[in-house]
Amino acid sequence: MEIFATAVPALGDAWALILQPVVLGYLVLGVVMGLAVGVFPGLGGIAGLSLLLPFMFGMDPVLGLALMIGMVAVVPTSDTFASVLMGIPGSSASQATVLDGFPMAKKGQAARALSAAFASSLFGGLVGAGFLTVFILVARPIVLAFGLPEMLMITILGLSMVAVLAGRIALKGLAAAGLGLMIGTIGEADAGGSLRMATYDIPYLTDGLQLVIVGLGIFAVPEIVSLLRQDRSIAEGAKLGGGWMDGVRDWFANLWLSVRCSLIGVVVGVIPGLGGSVVDWIAYGHAVQTTKDKSGFGKGEVRGVIGPESSNNAKEGGGLVPTLLFGIPGSGSMAIFIGAVALLGSGDIEVGPNMLKDNLDITYSIVWLLALANVLGTVLCIAASGGIARLTTIRFTYLAPFLFMLISFAAFQSGQNFEDLLALFVIGLIGIFLRRFDWSRPAFLIGFVLSNPVEKFTNQAFQIASFRFRKSFEEGIEYIFSPIVIVLLVITVVSVVLGIRQSKAIMAEGEVRSGSKRAPMVFLLVIAGYLLFALINANAIPDFNMTDKIIPLVVGGFSLLCCLILLAQMIRRPEGDPIFADKEVAGEDADAPHGLWLTLAWFAGLIAATWVVGFILALAGFLVAFLRVRAGAGWGRTVLLTAAGIAFMCLMAGALNRDFPPGLLQEAVDLPWPLK
Amino acid sequence: MTEFNAARAVALGVAASLTAAAPAAAEVEFGGKTIEWVIPFSETGGSAKWANFFAPLLSEELPGQPTVVVKFMPGAGSTKGANWFQEQEYDDGTLLFGSSGSTQFPYLLNDPRVRYEYSDWNPVMATGTGGVAYLNAEDGARFDGSANALKDIDFIYGSQGATRLDLVPLLAWEMLGMNVEPVFGIKGRGDGRLMFERGEATIDYQTSSGYLGGSTALVEAGTAVPMMTWGALDEDGNIVRDPTFPDIPTFKEVCEATDGCETSGDAWDAWKAFFVAGFPSQKIAFLPQGTPQEVIDAYVAAFEAVRAREDFDELAAKQVGEYPMFVGQGAQKAVKSATTVPDSAKAFVLKWLEDSYGVVLK
Repeated sequence: MEIFATAVPALGDAWALILQPVVLGYLVLGVVMGLAVGVFPGLGGIAGLSLLLPFMFGMDPVLGLALMIGMVAVVPTSDTFASVLMGIPGSSASQATVLDGFPMAKKGQAARALSAAFASSLFGGLVGAGFLTVFILVARPIVLAFGLPEMLMITILGLSMVAVLAGRIALKGLAAAGLGLMIGTIGEADAGGSLRMATYDIPYLTDGLQLVIVGLGIFAVPEIVSLLRQDRSIAEGAKLGGGWMDGVRDWFANLWLSVRCSLIGVVVGVIPGLGGSVVDWIAYGHAVQTTKDKSGFGKGEVRGVIGPESSNNAKEGGGLVPTLLFGIPGSGSMAIFIGAVALLGSGDIEVGPNMLKDNLDITYSIVWLLALANVLGTVLCIAASGGIARLTTIRFTYLAPFLFMLISFAAFQSGQNFEDLLALFVIGLIGIFLRRFDWSRPAFLIGFVLSNPVEKFTNQAFQIASFRFRKSFEEGIEYIFSPIVIVLLVITVVSVVLGIRQSKAIMAEGEVRSGSKRAPMVFLLVIAGYLLFALINANAIPDFNMTDKIIPLVVGGFSLLCCLILLAQMIRRPEGDPIFADKEVAGEDADAPHGLWLTLAWFAGLIAATWVVGFILALAGFLVAFLRVRAGAGWGRTVLLTAAGIAFMCLMAGALNRDFPPGLLQEAVDLPWPLK
Repeated sequence: MTEFNAARAVALGVAASLTAAAPAAAEVEFGGKTIEWVIPFSETGGSAKWANFFAPLLSEELPGQPTVVVKFMPGAGSTKGANWFQEQEYDDGTLLFGSSGSTQFPYLLNDPRVRYEYSDWNPVMATGTGGVAYLNAEDGARFDGSANALKDIDFIYGSQGATRLDLVPLLAWEMLGMNVEPVFGIKGRGDGRLMFERGEATIDYQTSSGYLGGSTALVEAGTAVPMMTWGALDEDGNIVRDPTFPDIPTFKEVCEATDGCETSGDAWDAWKAFFVAGFPSQKIAFLPQGTPQEVIDAYVAAFEAVRAREDFDELAAKQVGEYPMFVGQGAQKAVKSATTVPDSAKAFVLKWLEDSYGVVLK
C-alpha cells in the first residue's frame, strides 16, 4: 500500500498545479470552445481537439492539459441541447437521453429536462473524479481481469436492454434489434475481410455505416419530418412550463439513481474496448427497472433523462483509466489526447504504463481538471438552458430547414463522402417506418451499436476458448466462466426477466392506434426480404472464413424467424389488433396538414441539389425555397434567415477547418471555399 | 510556451481559416496560408501521431511560416484517401499527403480498391520504424536465440489482419516453424498488447514506439521476454541490428540459428521485400503530381531544416524512435524500395495468404 503514501502528496501537488489563475483561465477557454463544438451535433470532441493540436507543441503541460480537458469534458454535456430540444442525438453518449428528453421538450418542459440533465452530468462528473482518485491506484489488475469473455458478457448485458425497450409486441422489438445488428455487419468483416452486403465497386459500403448517421437517421429524421408535417412548435401549444429550478429539484429527488448510474458510467468506462456506446443504454435500462411506475417512460419521464446523463459524464472519467494506464484510447478523442500529451512541454510525459509511477501529480491534475471542467460547463449550460429552451416555442417550419442543414453537415463529417447524405436519407426512411409501425427504434439502435462488439468478442473469445480447451478442459472452463462472467450472467438474466415483464408498460413511441393489415404487412415483408437477402449473401462467404459469416447467419436467421412468426400472427389476427399499429391511422401524424412524401421531398431536394451544385449553393437555394414556399415567409425574412444560416455554417466549418460536400459543379470548375 | 504564444497561435488559427481561400502565389511563399496535410487514416492511429509531430516543426521551417493542419480521410483501409490524392493535381503547394505501410501493402498486393500509383507522386520526406517481437515469460524461458524449442508450442497472437503490417511477423514466425494462431479483428497494436497482458495472447509484436512506450515495462516486470527485432537496413540494403534495440537479435540471426529456417530462397526474399516496404520506409510524405521543382525544393529544404534542429533527435526519439529521416533524394530512394517488390515475392505472399488464411484479394 506504499502507493497510497505517495498518492496524497501527489494529490496535493495536483491541486497546487490546477489552482493557478492562468490554468483556470485556460480551462475556461477550453470549456467555452468545447460547448460551442458540442452544441453542433456529430462533431464532438475529435473535431475540437484536432483544432487545438497544432498549438500543443512545446506548450506548458498543465496549460495544454487545461485547454484540452476543458474541451473534451464538456462535449457530452452540451450535446444534450440537441438531444433534448431537437431529438437529435449529438453523439453516441446522448442517444438514450433522446428517449425521454425530447418528449419532455414536446410537453413544454425543455428547460426542466435540460437542467435535470445538466445537474446529473455535473454530479456524474464529480462522482467519476472522486471514484477515480482512489481507483486509479488499484485499477491495473482490475482492468486486466476484463478479458474477452467478460467484455462479451457486458456487450450482451447491453443487448439485453432490448428486452426493456422492445415495446408492446416483443417479437417486433427483437426483430428490430436483429435488423440493427444485421445492418451493423454491412461492410468488410473485421476478422477475415469478407464483404457482407457490400462490393468493392461501392467503396463506401465496405467501411460499413457510421453510428452518427444511423443515430441521426433513426431518431432525428423521423421526428423532424413528423413535426414539420404537423406545422407546429416543438412544445405543444408553444407554451413553456417548468423552469430550470424544477429540473435541479428533480435531480435531487432522484439522487440515488444518479449515484448508481454514475458508478455504472465509471465502471463501464474503465473497460477498454467497449467505449461509451453501451453505457447510456445500461443506465437507461437501470432507471426503468428501478422505477415503480413505468408508464411515463418514452413519454417524458425525468428519470429517463437523469439516468443516462449521470452515466455519460462519469464515463469520460472512467475512460481515462485505459487511456492513462495502458496508453490505449477509450475513444477517438482520447486517442488524439494521447498524441497531444506527447507534444506538451519537453515531451517527457508519456501516457502509458509509467504514468502512475513517473507522473502521478499530472495524472491527478487530469482527473480533477476534468471534474472542474464539468462544474464550469454545467453552470454555463444551466444558465443558458432557460433561454435556449425558447427555441421549442418557435413554429417548427422555421426551425426545420436549419435542422436539415445541421444533420446533413453532421452526417457528412462522419466520412466526408456524398454517400453519407444518401445513407442518412435511407436510414431516415427506415426510421420513419419503424416509428410509424411501432417497431422499437431504441432496440434497432442498440442492435446496430453493439453489432461490431458482439461479433468481434464472440469470435475472439471463441477462438481463445477453443485454444484453452485444447490444452485442458479445466483451463477452458476457467477461462469462459470466470467469477466476473458469472456475476454478469446473473445480472443479464435478471434484467431480461424483469425487462420482459415490464416492457409492455414502456411505449417508446407513445400510444399508437392500429389500423388495417396492408401497410404493416408490407413493411414486415420488406424487412423479411432484406433479412433473407442478407442471409443468402452471408452464406455465400466461403467456409474457411467462418468468423465472417457465423454471426450474420445466426442473427439473420433468428430475426427472420421472428419476422415469420409475426407474419403468421398478422395473417391470423383481425384488423385493429395491436400488432397492426400504424401512426397514419389516427393521431398527430394522421391529422397532420402535410403529407409524408411531400415533406420528405424537401430533404431529398436538398441532397439532390448538393449532388449537382455542392452543399453551400444547394443550401442557399433550399433555404430560400423552403422559407418562401413552405413557411410562407416574406422576402426580407427569407433573405435574412438564409444569410444567417449560411454564415453560421461557414463560421463553424471555417473555424474547425471542415469541408462541405462538393457536387458535380465543383468537379467541373474550381471555386473558392466555401463553395468548393 | 506562454499565454502570449498561445494567443498568437489562436489568432493564427483564425487568420488561417479566413485566408484559406486566398489565391495561389507565384513564388514559393506560404505566408498566411494553410497547408493541409492529409493522411488516409483516422485521428487515432500511428500516422496521425506522426503527422501531428511533424506539422508544427514543418510550419516553422517553410517560407512564410504557414499553419500546417493535419486532415484525416480514413476509409477502405486507407485506400480511399490515397485514391483521392491520386486525383489531385498541383494547385498552390498547400496540399501534402502522408502514406504508410498500410497504404503500401494493398498497393503491393494488388488490392482491387487501389487506384493510385506511387510513381506519380513527389516524395519529400520519409521515416522508418522497427518492430520487436516478444514472448510471454513461460515460453520465453525456452527461447535460446533460436526457435528450436518453440516449435511444439501453440501461440496465440492478436492481429489486425494478415494483409496488414502483421504480414511481416506472421510470415517470420511461420518461417521459424512456430505455430502461431492469429486472433483477427483487433483495432490496433495497443489492443494486441493488452490481449498479451491479459494472458489471452502469448506472443506479440509492437512497432518501436509502441514497444518503448508500453512493452519495455512488461519486460522489466518479467512478464515478457524480447525475442527478436525485424532489424534495420544498412546503406547496402543488408539487414543489421536495429540501432534502437542493439541488444536484441534480429529475425535474420534467429532464423540462421533455427533448424529449417533459411535466409535465402523464395520465402526469405518475400519476407525481406515486405519488411522493407513496411518498416524502414514506413511513412512517406508526398506532394501531388504536377508539382513544380521549386515547390518540391522548398519542402525538401524545410524538412532538412527540421532534421537539422538541435533538439530533433531527442524529440524524434520519443515520438518516432531513433531511425533515419530521409529527405529529398533519400526519400525518393525510400519510396522506390517501399513500393517495388519482385514479382516472385509478390506471388509467394499472395499464395501464402490464400493457403494459410483464405485471403483472396479480388
